[in-house]
Amino acid sequence: MRRMTSFNVVSLTLGFAFLYIPMLILIIYSFNESKLVTVWAGFSIKWYGELLQNEAFLDAAWVTVKVGFFSSTIATVLGTMAAFVLVRSGRFFGRTLFSGMIYAPLVMPEVITGLSLLLLFISLSVDRGVFTIVLAHATFSMCYVSVVVSSRMATFDQSLEEAAYDLGCTGWDAFKSVTLPIIAPAVISGWLLAFTLSLDDLVIASFTAGPSSTTLPIKIFSSVRLGVSPEINALSTIIIGLVTVGVIVASITSKRALVRRQQETV
Amino acid sequence: MSSATVEFSPWTDPDTTPLISFEGVTKRFGNFTAIDNINLNIYPREFFALLGPSGCGKTTLMRMLGGFEEATEGTITIDGQDMAGIPANKRAVNMMFQSYALFPHLTVADNIAFGLHRSPMPKSEIQGRVDEMLRLVQLQKFAKRKPHQISGGQRQRVALARALAKAPKLLLLDEPLGALDKKLRQETQFELMDIQETTGTTFVIVTHDQEEAMTVASRIAVMDNGLLKQVDTPDRIYETPNSVYVADFIGDVNIVTGTATTVDGDATQLTWAEGVAPIKGMTGAQVTQGEPASFVIRPEKVSINKSEPEASNKVQGQVLDIAYLGNMSTYHVELPNGQIIKSQTANNRRIARRDITWEDTVWLSWTETAGIVLRD
Repeated sequence: MRRMTSFNVVSLTLGFAFLYIPMLILIIYSFNESKLVTVWAGFSIKWYGELLQNEAFLDAAWVTVKVGFFSSTIATVLGTMAAFVLVRSGRFFGRTLFSGMIYAPLVMPEVITGLSLLLLFISLSVDRGVFTIVLAHATFSMCYVSVVVSSRMATFDQSLEEAAYDLGCTGWDAFKSVTLPIIAPAVISGWLLAFTLSLDDLVIASFTAGPSSTTLPIKIFSSVRLGVSPEINALSTIIIGLVTVGVIVASITSKRALVRRQQETV
Repeated sequence: MSSATVEFSPWTDPDTTPLISFEGVTKRFGNFTAIDNINLNIYPREFFALLGPSGCGKTTLMRMLGGFEEATEGTITIDGQDMAGIPANKRAVNMMFQSYALFPHLTVADNIAFGLHRSPMPKSEIQGRVDEMLRLVQLQKFAKRKPHQISGGQRQRVALARALAKAPKLLLLDEPLGALDKKLRQETQFELMDIQETTGTTFVIVTHDQEEAMTVASRIAVMDNGLLKQVDTPDRIYETPNSVYVADFIGDVNIVTGTATTVDGDATQLTWAEGVAPIKGMTGAQVTQGEPASFVIRPEKVSINKSEPEASNKVQGQVLDIAYLGNMSTYHVELPNGQIIKSQTANNRRIARRDITWEDTVWLSWTETAGIVLRD
């Protein structure tokens, strides 16, 4: 291994400082005794306690988790189906258009996606609430799932499915007992990705949310407009903690899956 | 092959019902004709090889038996039943895939049991059948391993056991030994033959390796461009090919082109150069007097001598090249008209005692029945 030069050390430090100092400040101030965000008055965990008393935040968190769970599950089912068709059907009329249309939402500005969904819900006179946010999130995150799953499907040995048919499987049985277990890591990481995107989303949720269905990002955003409270800092610290754990778990599992796949294809 | 008490040749008995029959089968992919009007019968307990270069249609023919492709025209029957419209999972046919296609998430035992769980076999009998298959391929110790934890040769045997577990009427093998190294491949060929004999299953194997086909098969179909060029036993394919293509595809061969001057029953004479005696050989398929023809002879049937021998066919030439293969040597001899004839002899003496060397003038000779005259 090459030795670190002083230039490398400096640029590494600056880079990480740029990325993490804002979050670090947020975490430090979440333990601040004072109600004033900018004045340090000693260590305390009282804002975490207050947060647990705050019904509005807890409700918003619960809505967010519900929306994330249902929307990513719908997105995973639809995205996997789309990936399956894209990779398996070979050439058919309009294939390029079809695949392009699946990937287009990846680059579509969120404001436009949100607005168009809002117009759709209004014209169908659907009452906006948890249900509409779930639909909206499933719509934009299914393309991420299909990208992740189709890249796995592309390297999938099709004779495995033929072998399943040969041994007496029907189409669904072959998918359930051979294809799905093999592509499961990709499906799971697609689900996690969709879940994260849903937790994260402010713009589309703001368009499609109703009065009774405030998600956590909407709640945070609207309370910050009234001034940053230490409670928000505490909440954000908890979210950062959860995300960090999630990222570490996800990268360990995907690394293991990769190693196993390399062994299997020897 | 272990010598059977009665010679196994159901194809010569008109009373035997074939297990598989292709009647006028054609398969097209768009404009491309992969299989062109094939008629073929395969009999129970046969070890039948489909042999040909890549793209000749042999894999397509096999996949039609497996139910992975539908014939465009014609009928395929297996055990008297028309196979049109019957999908792979409804056929008493199993296939061993070229890549083995073992399920990576299942153990060796679960791979073998996979088909049994989808058959009418009662659950209580499945374990017994799996053990029986593991014994057959000698993998009892590896039952709990995953496919990536065993060697390539062992994976090949798991694939075989899995395909045989449901006791199919017909087993299809797609280049089954292609991924193994040469030594292991030769051992496995004999193992395959043993297993085929023990289970009494009809095997159809696809291969591009002619030695493999010669070793394992009861009959070989040589294919080219979607056509069956010749269907016969390995010895007849080798000794009496019906076309120059088959002669050239199987093994090493000398080809001399000329004109069939006299065709007299089994004996034909081929005029091939000015001022030399015509070659005397066997009459091959469809040779007519006065038509262009080729004389085809295997290098090991050509003798090489320094002095003029007593023989019905003999030519003089000069040694151009000697290929030393250890157990045998191939001499490339150039005749006065520029034609090169290969002669192969066993090295039953040490190389230092060889009396023929480069640039020597030698006599090549062969008997009247050693070679065959074929229509071009």
